This record gives sequence, C-alpha cells and structure tokens, in this order.
Amino acid sequence: MTTTQIPVAEGLFTWPPDESTPLRLIGSECTACGLVSFPAASDCVRCASTESKERLLAERGTLWTYTTQDFRPPSPPYDGPEAFEPYAVGYIELPGELLVEARLTEPDPDKLRIGQDMRLTLVPYRVQDDGTEVVTFAFAPAEEETP
Amino acid sequence: MTEAVIIGVGLHPFGRFPGKPALDMGADAVRLALADAGVNWPQIQGGYIGSYEVANPDAIVARLGLTGVPLRGVFNGCATAGTSVALAARAIETGEHDLTIAIGLDKHPRGAFAADPSVAGIPSWYGQTGLFLTTHFFGMKINRYMHDHGISHETLARVAAKNFGNAARNEKAWRRTPLSVAEILASPVLNHPLRQYMYCGPDEGAAALVLCRADQAHRYTGKPVRIRSTALRSRRLGAFEVQSPSFPVGEVVASPTVDASREAYERAGIGPEDVDVAQLQDTDAGSEVIHMAENGLCKDGEQERLIAEGATEIGGRLPVNTDGGLLGNGEPIGASGLRQIHEIVLQLRGAAGDRQIPGTPRVGYTHLYGAPGVSAVTILST
Ligand SMILES: [Zn+2]
Repeated sequence: MTTTQIPVAEGLFTWPPDESTPLRLIGSECTACGLVSFPAASDCVRCASTESKERLLAERGTLWTYTTQDFRPPSPPYDGPEAFEPYAVGYIELPGELLVEARLTEPDPDKLRIGQDMRLTLVPYRVQDDGTEVVTFAFAPAEEETP
Repeated sequence: MTEAVIIGVGLHPFGRFPGKPALDMGADAVRLALADAGVNWPQIQGGYIGSYEVANPDAIVARLGLTGVPLRGVFNGCATAGTSVALAARAIETGEHDLTIAIGLDKHPRGAFAADPSVAGIPSWYGQTGLFLTTHFFGMKINRYMHDHGISHETLARVAAKNFGNAARNEKAWRRTPLSVAEILASPVLNHPLRQYMYCGPDEGAAALVLCRADQAHRYTGKPVRIRSTALRSRRLGAFEVQSPSFPVGEVVASPTVDASREAYERAGIGPEDVDVAQLQDTDAGSEVIHMAENGLCKDGEQERLIAEGATEIGGRLPVNTDGGLLGNGEPIGASGLRQIHEIVLQLRGAAGDRQIPGTPRVGYTHLYGAPGVSAVTILST
C-alpha cells in the first residue's frame, strides 16, 4: 500500500520535495531592507515595506534552544494523534537568515544540546482517517549522519 | 503634575469559585477597596477595569451603583492590570479626576490557555502541529538562560518552594500547600526543564485599587502609597518572545521587560538598589529567575547564589513574591497585576501579617510579562 502524504499548509516548505527541488523552508526577503521572514510575509516588521520576494531558507543550522512537550496540547488547535507521543521543539539558527521554531525529531532532552548541528526534514505528525499522512517540517540532529 | 497615590486596596481570593461570576468577584474586591479607602462608590469619578474573559467588565456598575461614572474597559494581554492602574493614575496626574479606581477580574477555564492562533495573527499550522503553547517559550527561554548563566535545576525548584511557602501564609492564595525542593524536582516534566510544580495555572479572582490626588490623601488615610511610575513596553524586533514562529538572527535584543524597567526607574528617580520588595511575573519558576535580572535587581547568573542564600525569601535581602506570586495565586489575567500591587501596599503599610517583611520597607516594585511580548512595571513607595 502506498501512503499518501500532504503538507500541513501550502507555501510553508517546498512540496513535493524531490531531487530537482530539495526540501527547503519557504521564507521571504524584504526587497527594501533585506529582512528575512518565516513564514513568508509581505509586510516587513523592520522597515514597514510591503514588498517582498520569496527566499528558500538554509536547510542546516544550529540548535539555539529547545524544550520538550510532555503533555498533549489543548485540541483544538492541536490536531495530532489522540495517542500522544512526547516531542521536542526548538529554535534553529539559520546563519545570516533567522531563528526558526520547529519540532525536533529527537524527543529526549538528554540527546539535545544547544549549539548542535541540525538539518531540515519532514515528520508525519498526523494520519487522517483515510490513511493520508499530514507532514510538517522538523529539524533532526545532523551528527547522526556521521558515525 | 499632580501625583497619584493608592488609598485603598481590595482583593477577592484567587482560586476556583464554581458558580460565582467574575463580575461578582470584582464587585467584592471593589467593596473591599472602597471600605479600605473610606470612600463610597458614588465618590469615584472615573476608572479602568480589565479582563481577558469578560467582554464587558464595565457591566460591573450594575452591581455597584449606576452613578454614571466613566468606567473604561481594558484588554491588554498579561499586562492588562498594569495598564488599568497606569491609566487610573494618569487620569489623576493629568487632572481629569481626583478619585479613581482600577479594577481587574477574570475567570479562566482549567488547564493551559488554549486559543485559535489566528486571533494572535499566527497561521493555523502553528497550532495544528503543536507549536502554539506559551509554555514552550518559557521552557526554551530558561533552558537557554541556564546554559548561558549557570542556573541549576535546584534553583528553579527553590523558587517554586519559596513561592508555595509564601502562599501558605496568605489566606487569599490558591496553592497553599508548601512543597519541598525534592517534591518539586520529583514532579513530572512538562516542558524541559520545567516541571509541573514550577508552573502557575490560570484561575479566577479579582482585585481593585482606589487612587486619589496625593494632596488629598490625608482626607482618607495616614499611609498613602505613592505611584512613583508606571511603564509599559511591547517587544522590539530581534527580541526572543512568546509565540514567535521565527525571529531575526543576530544579537538578541532586550526583552520588553528590560525596556519597561529602565523607563520606570528613570521616571521614578529610583534605582534597583532602592527596591525593598518586588513582585515579579513568575509564570514559571524560570521566569522569576530571569526577571530578577531583566528588572535590574541582580546581574545575569547572580540568581544562583542569591537564591541559595535565601535573599529572595521573606526576611532575605530582596524578598520576591511575598504573597506567593503567580505560582501560589494562579493567574486571572485581568487581576494579576493589581494583586501584585495589593501585596506591595500591605508590605509598605507594615500590614502583611505573617508574611510581613522585616524593617521599614519604603520602595516596592511590580512587574508583568506576557503574550504577545509585553511588559508592565509599576514602582511604588511610601
Ligand atoms: Zn524591510
């Protein structure tokens, strides 16, 4: 059986990611002052310009801080599975761009550390009744790749 | 400019009061404040009333008396009560009124605050995927702060133990059972490094303050408390704030607390070294630690030693949250900052009973922080 996946929202990350369009977060850059925003925003909170252009953000960064989510968030707005699995969230510093908040693939705080290298990925955070997986962006520790 | 002073304070207990509407709690708090001031409701010339949950808190006039008084509703997130008192004071300072009231009341449902992210201008996916929790911010902020400034888990637990201990001496507090450092460290982690007993909870309650012109205070009380300054600031670009899907890279800009605190000290002509007792926003134990430094009361990292020494306990060099703070009292948003001022007024009057700090305190400090990145500071003195 092939599992169908859909993104949690349009315009948040490149979809569907493949070899010609690798996975990236879709941000924006103010055409007047260069401020980078995520999610993409037409209004600039630095110079009040209303003109911006799309900017795909870096796929790697460092963990600036993090925490864990050990209880099921109030629902709505949370629409993850009823059977709750703790997860972690953090801010990843994308050098020269911004700090972005994201879910982390590693839920154990003892395996996370401020300053560690992180890489963008996707997680299916929810499965719909028809089996369709809803995916959102997340960051994974990058060290795992190099034994 | 005329100065505003506080001549009466009233507090409805904080906690859970099934079946009792928020407006009734507010009316009780107002009557206590009026009695404390020796003033009748018809004498009140204007006021500000804050709430998060009650859409028309000014409907309270139907409980108190339809005198035609201008009563303006205030809705400003966690800084609501700070805004109410600032505006009530400003009405006196500018000569609009001689006798005003600041009222706060709220009645929140159980559990963490839940809302539609769109009301905060945040996209739906942020809530759907489990990022829209204010508690994440507090966990992440103190985690980074502990990393940068050497604050230990024990220090977080000591802060919570202190505040629950203070609340145990406060008959109007919600969480009145003392907890040991060990018990707090054994409670479940909710958002690393913060544990269940390191968080405050939303609850119910009300508070009110009666203010008058300083030159008329002698008519009402021998112990007026001066409002030396109020300040409110929202977040600046680059500050690390609650509910931010992202923020700019670079040097992290100071929190609005730092900005509001500096402005309040400057306007009061009072420095952090003059503060005898402080009430700081302790949404969680980590927030109290961070807010000590952000409000200029110590340097970053000094908290580790100060808290170990007991400096922030009743009887310490700088008592913080003598009434139990938010950890002990919970947070009915509209009333929270007025509860803080109520406690400072009692302390400056020498009327705080079992939790009275020693000596003759002259300067008190109160601070609120919350979504969407707003801080309010009030400096009071005898
Ligand atoms: Zn710009």
